[in-house]
Amino acid sequence: MTRAPAATRPILAHNLARRKKTLLLTSMALPGALWLLLLRYLPMFGLVFAFQTDRIRPTLWDRVIKNAWTGFKNFEFLFTTSDSWRMVRNTIAYNAVWIVLGLVVSVAFAIILNEIPRKFLGKTYQTLMFFPYFISWVVVSYFVFAFLSPDKGLLTFWQRSLGQTPVDWYNTPGPWPYVLTLAYLWKNVGYSCILYLAAITGIDASQYEAAGIDGATKWQQVRFVTLPHLRNMIIILLIMSVGKIFNSDFGLFYNVPRDSGPLFSATQVVDTFVYRALAKTGNVGMSTAAGLFQNVVNFVVIMLVNTLFRKIDPETALF
Amino acid sequence: MSVAKSASRRASRLTTVGPGAEAVFHLILGLFSLACVVPFIFVIIISFSSEPAIRANGFSFLPAAWSLDAYRFVMRLGDQLWRSYFNSFFITVVGTALSVLICVLYAYPLFRRDYKYRGFFTFFSFFTTLFGGGLVPTYMVSKFMLGLSDNYAALIVPLLVSPFYIIVMRTFYSSTVPEALIESASIDGSGEYRTLFQIILPICLPGIATIALLNALAYWNEWFIAMLYITKPQYIPLQYLLMRMQNQADFLARNSSMIGAEAVNLVANQPTETLRMALVVFIVLPIACAYPFFQRFIISGLTIGSVKG
Repeated sequence: MTRAPAATRPILAHNLARRKKTLLLTSMALPGALWLLLLRYLPMFGLVFAFQTDRIRPTLWDRVIKNAWTGFKNFEFLFTTSDSWRMVRNTIAYNAVWIVLGLVVSVAFAIILNEIPRKFLGKTYQTLMFFPYFISWVVVSYFVFAFLSPDKGLLTFWQRSLGQTPVDWYNTPGPWPYVLTLAYLWKNVGYSCILYLAAITGIDASQYEAAGIDGATKWQQVRFVTLPHLRNMIIILLIMSVGKIFNSDFGLFYNVPRDSGPLFSATQVVDTFVYRALAKTGNVGMSTAAGLFQNVVNFVVIMLVNTLFRKIDPETALF
Repeated sequence: MSVAKSASRRASRLTTVGPGAEAVFHLILGLFSLACVVPFIFVIIISFSSEPAIRANGFSFLPAAWSLDAYRFVMRLGDQLWRSYFNSFFITVVGTALSVLICVLYAYPLFRRDYKYRGFFTFFSFFTTLFGGGLVPTYMVSKFMLGLSDNYAALIVPLLVSPFYIIVMRTFYSSTVPEALIESASIDGSGEYRTLFQIILPICLPGIATIALLNALAYWNEWFIAMLYITKPQYIPLQYLLMRMQNQADFLARNSSMIGAEAVNLVANQPTETLRMALVVFIVLPIACAYPFFQRFIISGLTIGSVKG
């Protein structure tokens, strides 16, 4: 073997160093990549359950290979259950209302929080409002129960003391859209309010000054300075939540109504349906089908919305 | 922002928001802030109420009689509770340490512009937020292929990696670490791992703290994966214990080491409602105590990380 000419040796050494760097940096990504491979990519192959019979086999691999194909039977079954229309309607309606309501309330709170001249009180409000975000839905379900319990709840006793017949909360679906909406806002408004507030405090003060000199009222300053600055952030958060239009916060819909059957007409969403189909009837095929349907809808919606916003203004697209 | 500028901004504000509007703002924010903590205070009061008073008047902010029965009961028969407390504590510590390590390692090459497979690994993580197998295939694979069932791994592994935190961390790197720093480190002959652990991570501590706190909260508040993968009482974490108590108020008593007549007697006399609320207090108290200290970190970390990176 002939030795490389002296002039190329530094280049070789450089290449070697570069390869070593790539190798080391790749090794850093490996643990996370392995996790993603095993817990996120591997299950994607399990989506075949949606197109197969539900026969149980000794290993998962056997099941994938040997179970007979049924085409779209599981999906047909899914859409003929009496539950399906209701859960699709609930999922989309709650999400649509909450996206709008959450946006309006958090932006409004962030704006008025920013207008409070007393620093200490503003910080206190912020701290208190952020607290529910760190509480689990299991705990929240007990908070709600303290007010709505049929024999001991605070509201139940108030109604009784006023001479009314108390509402049997956990058996009456009617008021639950409001209860769930309140619970949702209670837990999440503080968090998004803080994100918006951070964006507002980042706005250059000279813009308000200029607006003030031009004689803009406070409302006009909000309308023509604050809101335009929040626009991009609002759109990005909007795309992200619209991309989950078919998902729900499982704990909110499962724990807060205490898994109560009579409430399903108001509380059943796709996520709780998938879990119940798996846990209570063991129907893997149909629950996988429901999950797949959910994923495909989400994927299509986020692609559409993202493309739409990229066409309008590339700055606002998520990717 | 200069002092003069912020002062003039304050001044312009004071001239435009009248005292009436300000009072309304305080009223709205004050009421909402109060509503955010009142339920917890209510539950604390219930846990210290006497059970007969609750049976007569329902839950009340001003109970007719106070009592420590619920806490006494917990102390006498708390094996399952202490076990669950240990489980939650254990998975929080181990899970947080592991997930932070994996996250800072994964995010680092994604931040390095000179890394060849940067695009691939970024997409590899991001794609999982757009599409996935969904609950059931993930459950089947985890339980039957990866053996995540009735062990501590089942409580830790499913939450280890979050693409969102990876993006937050990567954004944090690129907003704090000057590229010249990495170049000079490599010229000085520092290896990639040494550069990361001895030079980069020490200046990224606020970002790491944010990720660690969010992870710790996720582990502490975990009940969903326990519901999926855990059946044996010895592995049940606190949140899932509380969830089981919703339907089975005697769950704690039935899983205690006491047997025979004594246990039966205890179950018969247990202060059901106040006991549950005492458990809620046990779970929320550590968060509530640590909350004033950690919330600033999370606010600063999230506001950096959520800016489009």
